[in-house]
Amino acid sequence: MSTTDTFDLYGIDDLLTEDERDIRDAVRAFGVKELRPHVATWFDEAKLPARELARELGGLGVLGMHLEGYGCAGLGAVTYGLACLELEAVDSGLRSLVSVQGSLAMFAIWKYGTEEQKQEWLPRMAAGEAVGCFGLTEADYGSNPGGMRTIAKRDGDDWVLNGSKLWITNGSIADVAVVWARTDERIRGFVVPTDTPGFTANEIKQKLSLRASVTSELVFEDLRLPGSALLPEVAGLRGPLGCLDEARFGIIFGSLGAARDSLATAVDYSISREVFDKPLASYQLTQKKIADMAVELGNGMLLALHLGRLKEKGTISSDQISVGKLNNVRKSLEIARESRTILGANGISLEYSPIRHAANLESVLTYEGTSEVHTLVVGKALTGISAFG
Amino acid sequence: MNIVVCVKYVPDAQADRTFSVDNTTDRAGVDGLLSELDEYAVEEALKIAEANDGEVTILTIGPDRAADALKKALQMGAHRAVHVNDAAIHGSDAIATSLVLAKAIQKLDPQPDLVLTGMASTDGTMGVVPTMLAERLGLPAVTYASELTVADGKVSVRRDGDLASQTIEATLPALVSVTDQINEPRYPSFKGIMAAKKKPVDTWTLADLGVDAELVGLTAAWTTVESFSARPPRQKGQIVTDEGDGGSKLAVFLGEHKFL
Repeated sequence: MSTTDTFDLYGIDDLLTEDERDIRDAVRAFGVKELRPHVATWFDEAKLPARELARELGGLGVLGMHLEGYGCAGLGAVTYGLACLELEAVDSGLRSLVSVQGSLAMFAIWKYGTEEQKQEWLPRMAAGEAVGCFGLTEADYGSNPGGMRTIAKRDGDDWVLNGSKLWITNGSIADVAVVWARTDERIRGFVVPTDTPGFTANEIKQKLSLRASVTSELVFEDLRLPGSALLPEVAGLRGPLGCLDEARFGIIFGSLGAARDSLATAVDYSISREVFDKPLASYQLTQKKIADMAVELGNGMLLALHLGRLKEKGTISSDQISVGKLNNVRKSLEIARESRTILGANGISLEYSPIRHAANLESVLTYEGTSEVHTLVVGKALTGISAFG
Repeated sequence: MNIVVCVKYVPDAQADRTFSVDNTTDRAGVDGLLSELDEYAVEEALKIAEANDGEVTILTIGPDRAADALKKALQMGAHRAVHVNDAAIHGSDAIATSLVLAKAIQKLDPQPDLVLTGMASTDGTMGVVPTMLAERLGLPAVTYASELTVADGKVSVRRDGDLASQTIEATLPALVSVTDQINEPRYPSFKGIMAAKKKPVDTWTLADLGVDAELVGLTAAWTTVESFSARPPRQKGQIVTDEGDGGSKLAVFLGEHKFL
């Protein structure tokens, strides 16, 4: 019996350069050997050795791989996307670690920071010796970050920060936090070493999603920062939203990794599992599920690659990133759930990946812009009418 | 310090491996890779080179696709590679393989201080090429190294046996084969992957090496595979129902199979 995988069916390799394939293969090999054997346990116990993993991923070159200089690999958008995909094929939590480090924390410093801030943080963050987090979302301000309560007040040359942030990936293991706060004028970004007095991070327990990921609350109490902690090159929501576009781009590819792994698991299972004395895969209902999932997965990959090439050309728009994130996460979540049905009762065991991927993708559907907000972004692009408020 | 690592491109053990019509290993229909046991030799060479400001050359014999094995080793950090690629080599046995490797190593400039190999290939799994090669090169051979140090023109090797561990010393130049216990091979970094493309790879034929094609290949092989058959599928296990005597039934089973 000969089987093919969805991306082979779509001839995806033909759309990639040799370098892109080589780097994808390297991340895949690392994932298969070093991450996959442990991930169900990390998820089950909700314990991720994130700092050790950061060092290993840094050694590989994954962290900030799409940034130029400062010890970063300087690779293209598609290469970065493929790395996200291979990591998320293991677990969305691992891709989240990389997204937050590279596309949010490092990108903010790289894009908006001073030369001193870049020299101080980026090489160590690229190597995985320093971990970063990104504080934008607050308890009552998710989709509307402009309403944030966290405030930074001038005091002589210093800034004094008060407030809190919620749902912060890597928060309680981070060495540095990029924190967005309102000031007398506009929203500004600050580079906050986490050992600064007045900084507290509390890990959020009792999650049913992204359990192989560190999620935290950050609290700032009269946290005093020197004037040099300000990210000088941006003011207003444009700053954090620019970072989010970077991270969302990674998710367009990444989510497909979770879908690919779910589908592959379901296909393997359906071939070996016998029901009424013949393989589950030989039933037409099963084949329909598999074919429908493969078509969505392959289509999603074509979309991701198209957007990747636009990003490499420098012409991609936020609207286009919304289209990609909306479609690919939504479809990936459907694929993970449908794959679980093929596994029957075994599908609820952590021994198989689909239910873990499905649980993770519930978060991915919501974070970095909810599917609802991305829907409204697309709606506004097509009608010219904003339906947010 | 110049180090040569001999590596082999082998069919991926995860894939459906098979034989060609001439009863040689099918290398065309199956995806291949750098033999995992050779990765340990590459890693050890890189560690020694990094500590001694050395250069690592990777040497392989094989068809066009064997270049992938060289690429992996170059991505890991090796400096240059030599690919002996000649259709006449197809089907060569260990004796001919060692001849071609020896001639290729003798052609290198500068000559190596140390030749490293894996303990065996993961396809043929004979493990005889290292000693044959050392014999042809006139080098001391130390096999199955699980620890290796280079100092003062000597190599010191720990060999772990079932009952004892030996420490063996040899003067350089020498040949050492290493086990999978010696280190943890690195993953190629992105920088290594990008750098590998710019590294020199020489391709040599038998004529370049001055090796008579009559001495290699399937017809010159001292042994031939007469036939092969797939291993029969595993039989279904025997289910023993415990009716209060499960322990003794288990003991009988283990006794019958000489596990006790």
